[in-house]
Amino acid sequence: MNRRAAEETFFKALMGISALAIVAALLGIVGTVLWKGLPTMNLDMVTKTPTGAFHLGGAGGVLNAIVGSLCLAGGATVVSACLALPIVMGLNVYSRRASRLVTFTRFSMDVLAGVPSIVFGAVGYILMRLLGLPASLLVGIIVVSLLILPIMIKAMDEMVRLVPAEMAEASAALGATRLETAFRVVARQALPGLATAVLIAFGRGVGDAASVLFTAGFNDRLPDSLGSEAATLPLMIFHQYNSPFPDVQNRAYASALILMVIILAVSVTARILTRRLSRHSIR
Amino acid sequence: MTQPSATGAVGLKPHISVRNLNVYYGDQPALADVSVDIPDRKITAVLGPSGCGKTTFLRSLNRLVDSVDGVRVSGQVLVDDEDLFDPAAEVTHIRKKMGLLSQRPSPLPMSIYDNVAYGPRIHGQRDRAALDALVEHHLKLAGLWEEVRDRLRAPATSLSIGQQQRLCLARGLAVEPEIILADEPTSALDPVSSAHIEGKFRELRDRYTIVIVTHILRQARRLADYVIFMYMGRMVEHGPAAEIFDNPREKQTREYISGVIS
Repeated sequence: MNRRAAEETFFKALMGISALAIVAALLGIVGTVLWKGLPTMNLDMVTKTPTGAFHLGGAGGVLNAIVGSLCLAGGATVVSACLALPIVMGLNVYSRRASRLVTFTRFSMDVLAGVPSIVFGAVGYILMRLLGLPASLLVGIIVVSLLILPIMIKAMDEMVRLVPAEMAEASAALGATRLETAFRVVARQALPGLATAVLIAFGRGVGDAASVLFTAGFNDRLPDSLGSEAATLPLMIFHQYNSPFPDVQNRAYASALILMVIILAVSVTARILTRRLSRHSIR
Repeated sequence: MTQPSATGAVGLKPHISVRNLNVYYGDQPALADVSVDIPDRKITAVLGPSGCGKTTFLRSLNRLVDSVDGVRVSGQVLVDDEDLFDPAAEVTHIRKKMGLLSQRPSPLPMSIYDNVAYGPRIHGQRDRAALDALVEHHLKLAGLWEEVRDRLRAPATSLSIGQQQRLCLARGLAVEPEIILADEPTSALDPVSSAHIEGKFRELRDRYTIVIVTHILRQARRLADYVIFMYMGRMVEHGPAAEIFDNPREKQTREYISGVIS
């Protein structure tokens, strides 16, 4: 066999191994969570809040953490989307392409997206103490929205940059203002991508533990206002897994299963939305 | 070479007056000292080889050149005596006077109906019945109505490329412009669709001032009342079509028309 054919074979094998590794990792994670989590999974887990004895293996469920996580990630997603859309439209429709501000903003987003979430949590905690706020759903939402903002902006920006310049020009040539062009044409063309970006950010927010460790608090009740403490699924998993009781440890897997189902549902929704919303998009 | 009264001399009333227009992309001059009157309600063909500044010239007429990085413009473009490059000029208002047809059709990401209704809507038309009438009227004007009347809600992309170009024509006409700017509007189309678009231009020539950029000499011969010939960023010659084609004064024009350069 000559050298070039050998190279070809080698790289084909390498690609196969890489693909296999990814599939194996996915199956390993899902398998472990299902295997350990399913036996302790029951209706109480998703419909009841913990009783006092729950953390010792007694009755109850993790509804407080489910609701807490959904409120936290949902609120943070709304806040981030309200900030991300104007920024992305500013970058792509309002600014000249080569301006320094645009380059600097994109660079800042790249850096921010790489900052570990514990740093967001710590900075959020310092700010919270400076402002004299208690750990609460509100502070958690603010910190998580800062965490997912760069992710959302990057994902949106990539989608909006794909909108052909000719399309924005066609709108401008009809006498449209940049605002009209941004929201009636550019946003519409990029709509499937924008929806996906929002859901990706939600998924990131719902699964993050470190940013809410000090900032959202933790308790056994459902959050009833922005000022109340809120439990979250990642923290619930963390606490349960650290328990000395094997029953409680296994519940960590059941909680992880719930978190995985939420994230899976978000991904599937993103796929369906993308297909629905792209009916009018120009390809 | 400068003929300020050339249009007047043959009884053509100017609609757009370009005065000493210079356009630079960075340090690169794209248009050098162009002055011309574009006659009202006639087809003016801007002719010349690739890279001669035809498209830059056309995009100056509605200030789309602004969207290019590092562009510098000097001189005047007067549309109905309003200077387009006056910093105080309201560009959306001036652009409303012009419909643009680009090289490749660029439908908006919405239905056929909404594409045509887009312009009237952003200019304040909210009434459903009025919009319906506008859409029908302009689709008829662009010769597309019969083909799409049953599927107005379908995405614009469900049309063939030739149909899309006529949709873009209808969309441009729907803002009720006085001027139609067309940048090689048939270069992406098959011969049948091209003939369709050219036919529409001939029908519309009495009502609109049409400026068409083309590098197809035969197309200019078929359509033009007035011809501007450009070469390497300069306007070499302009005048009524018959004069330019039959009796060009400049050597470069002669060479281009006889096919020595292209």
